Amino acid sequence: MSQTATKPIPVPDEISAPFFDGAREGRLMLQHCTACNAWSFPVRERCPHCFAAKLEWRQASGHGSLYTFTIMHQVMNPGFASAVPYNVAQIDLEEGVRMVSNVIGIANDALRVGMRLEVSFEDVGENVRIPKFRPVVG
Amino acid sequence: MPNQPKGAIVGIGVTPMGKIYGRRSVDFAAEAIALALDDAGLTKNDIDGLLINANIPGDMDVRSQMVLGFENLTLVNVMSAYGSTAGSMMQYACMAIREGLANTIVLVYADAPLTPSRGAGQSYAGPHRFPLGGMTGLRAAYGDFGANPAYAMAARRHMHLYGTTEDHFGIIAVGQRKWAQLSPWAQMKTPMTMEDHHNSRWIAEPLRLLDCCLVSNGAVAVIVTSAERARDLKQPPVNVLGYAQCAPGDNLRTDRHPAVETGAKRSGEIAFRMAGITRDDIGTCQLYDCYTYTVLVTLEDYGFCAKGEGGPFVADGKLAPGGALPTNTGGGQLSGFYMWAFTPLSEAVVQARGQGGARQVARNDYVLVSGNGGILNYHSTLILSRHASG
Repeated sequence: MSQTATKPIPVPDEISAPFFDGAREGRLMLQHCTACNAWSFPVRERCPHCFAAKLEWRQASGHGSLYTFTIMHQVMNPGFASAVPYNVAQIDLEEGVRMVSNVIGIANDALRVGMRLEVSFEDVGENVRIPKFRPVVG
Repeated sequence: MPNQPKGAIVGIGVTPMGKIYGRRSVDFAAEAIALALDDAGLTKNDIDGLLINANIPGDMDVRSQMVLGFENLTLVNVMSAYGSTAGSMMQYACMAIREGLANTIVLVYADAPLTPSRGAGQSYAGPHRFPLGGMTGLRAAYGDFGANPAYAMAARRHMHLYGTTEDHFGIIAVGQRKWAQLSPWAQMKTPMTMEDHHNSRWIAEPLRLLDCCLVSNGAVAVIVTSAERARDLKQPPVNVLGYAQCAPGDNLRTDRHPAVETGAKRSGEIAFRMAGITRDDIGTCQLYDCYTYTVLVTLEDYGFCAKGEGGPFVADGKLAPGGALPTNTGGGQLSGFYMWAFTPLSEAVVQARGQGGARQVARNDYVLVSGNGGILNYHSTLILSRHASG
């Protein structure tokens, strides 16, 4: 019997734990610098704008727009063999960070650069949820 | 008249490329270096500097010197800015020679990711490359692997802003395949039509298989020395007139727009100023072409056409044999072979010397070379010529 491969499930490490803890509770947590007021992503130890080690975790708005996207056909990981074609997108968040994610709740051929999106959390493994984005209705 | 040369390229070695299995990177490197020494009319004892381009598997480290048998080097290092590294290595080699740190330096890139059981995409960005911890694991959970999705998204953004089309990408691929048919080094010789391009399978929309570079096992070595010393050697010297880097920074910020400006812009401006020539002096371009899109955006950012007009600019086939701006005349990475920026660099040397045979361009006085690494994160520019004022 061949087993169906599963998609990769991210394993939180020490520095990214607040991001994944937040996602599990349905909150998009990003790092915000209390010294210069800038948001940053991906996760890091110091602010990339001012080098201050004063990054604190804050809940982001979860609102943004579709900067660009691709429809993946190539299977780079066996866990995605039954998922292709799937989208990978860059989403510009109101906070000024550009996140890579997937857009859900819409057909791939309906995706449009610039469309309004909001965060939506998806279970990807036991006790692991990750932020995805769906079109804002209305 | 151009400015004085910063150094000169006196030897190149290119191994057989592609699905050549069962050999380590360093073995390809040894073969390429032997070919380059023979090309230059030099021996191993003439070499006192070695710069190694770090590859993705990391099997070309500084200890490669000992496997290769180099002794008493006064300059050795491993350099990494991914696909832009060859240009940075050339900078450092020329500076080291001018500073007296070494006289004759080997630059080498070698890689052997292909195995009989894995295709090109899997070899380069398969699961063995991606751990699942933290942010890397998050990328994997979204199905975002390797460079293909990121370049596809960059290309999509360009299409959205400027109306660039699949035909614009296709004409680049078709033209470079024509060049490849004229190059003894090229892997892909089968003729390609625009229809072939449009019918090739999607990899990551809007990029098709024939928009993506090859993956090659092989190596390229280049030997650099002073312009003075180069005059007495076997080959017509190829002078390094200008060089520059630009690393724009992280594109995962909403104020960054790589479709509007890549590192090619600033890097190109600096290199042209250093060389003392203008864009109109360039007879042939050898541009980093990990994807067809990369060629298009690089031409724009070097100023060969206005921003956003790269598509219409290439649409008449001017990059192909017989065109007004012959580009990637060995087939590039799309149809020739994939050795990071050593692909455009080696072809530039051939063209500048006038040794291109069936693919030799008529206007070879000044050759422009680009390197590009990461996701448009690192850029290098070289301007090469057999001319110099010195």
